[in-house]
Amino acid sequence: MSRNHVSTTVNGDQVEFLCETEQTLLEALRDELRLTGTKEGCGTGDCGACSVMVDGRLVCSCLMLAVEAKGKSIETIEGMAEGEALHPLQRKFIEHAALQCGICTPGILIAARALLDRNPDPSEAEVRLWLAGNLCRCTGYHKIVDAVLDAAREMRGG
Amino acid sequence: MRYEAPKTLEQALALLAGANGKARVLAGGTDLLIQMRSGRADPELVVDIKAIAEMRSIAVDAGSYRVGAALSCMELIENDAFASTWPGIVDGAKYIGSIQVKGRATLGGNLCNASPAADGVPALIAAGALACIAGPQGRREVPVEEFVTGPGKTLLAPGELVVSLLLPRRAPHSGDAYLRFTPRTEMDIAVVGAAVNLTLDDRGICSHARVSLGAVAARALLVPEAAAALIGTKVDAAVLARLSAAASAACRPIDDKRGTKEFRIKVAGVMAERSGKIALERAGRYD
Repeated sequence: MSRNHVSTTVNGDQVEFLCETEQTLLEALRDELRLTGTKEGCGTGDCGACSVMVDGRLVCSCLMLAVEAKGKSIETIEGMAEGEALHPLQRKFIEHAALQCGICTPGILIAARALLDRNPDPSEAEVRLWLAGNLCRCTGYHKIVDAVLDAAREMRGG
Repeated sequence: MRYEAPKTLEQALALLAGANGKARVLAGGTDLLIQMRSGRADPELVVDIKAIAEMRSIAVDAGSYRVGAALSCMELIENDAFASTWPGIVDGAKYIGSIQVKGRATLGGNLCNASPAADGVPALIAAGALACIAGPQGRREVPVEEFVTGPGKTLLAPGELVVSLLLPRRAPHSGDAYLRFTPRTEMDIAVVGAAVNLTLDDRGICSHARVSLGAVAARALLVPEAAAALIGTKVDAAVLARLSAAASAACRPIDDKRGTKEFRIKVAGVMAERSGKIALERAGRYD
């Protein structure tokens, strides 16, 4: 059976790949485009490790077919830093030691950026609610929430 | 497996008709992709309905909302005009998974997945929503409470799909609410859900009400006895107690790991009463 040809935009770059119809966007990102920053945790939309942005919307890339990406704009963790300059969220995660094994981190960073783009001054409760779909089995979440709030503060210029 | 993303409803129906029941409709995919991964679904054709404008949009015509079956929950939640008109439906949409899942999941899909515990369904039933269906025999409209026939089962015939959900025109002084009981605050499945929708007249007397319960039977229930307790009253504490008792009496739950029968029956009354209070408060504000 012939593979599907998909032309899409990833982190601002026009890319093309071939995929099986059954393949998820997560599999295409990792296996076809070799963008392995996006992680697979559960594969069923429960853990958020595979979070990416699709046309400005936060989604689980494990719950989307790769063929659905045709003509869309995808943003992954690989596009978060600007060259060598880390995004404030990335710096604050390091400062606060908001990660241990790191598998959940790319998804949490993408989700946290989506929150701060909509709401530059979230409360702690709003951060916890927004990140409810991102599971971390190492940190206990406190440092993650502290890092997001601190990054928000810095990004507001305060 | 083949993937098609038709741009019109007619093309989608033709694709479904040509697939001899081996096709599945793809809206948000948050249930379908999990079923495909586990092997429970193995379609030969997936028909993505998100390129069909009618199914992707939300429209209001003479005060009556039509919610496209492929509109994501986040798009619905972010529609301020809809959320102020039908806050109870938005309560339900907000409970459907994480932000990520709601970025894709749809109310139409939540209905078609036909889980007895679906968070999106009780408030639609309480609202008096119709499921607008299209298929080889044309179009038909079915009350949402009749759409699900059992766990995982709907009355969709082969080749049919849900195009949109149609809500009735909203009268002044109306309010609705949906609450659920879960051990966790997020990312959980309802042990019990309750939706109340009511309208008050100029004297503050309830002139219209509908009550629906989720996760207490094989499908979400419309509970006319609970609504009857509200109609013609000022919805005071004694009336809310009767609402609660009627809701508990309507439950036909199972025991499972999420809750016992006895617990569900008790909590259904509590959730209905609390939803009633919120709906009443919202009705006071809605003009």
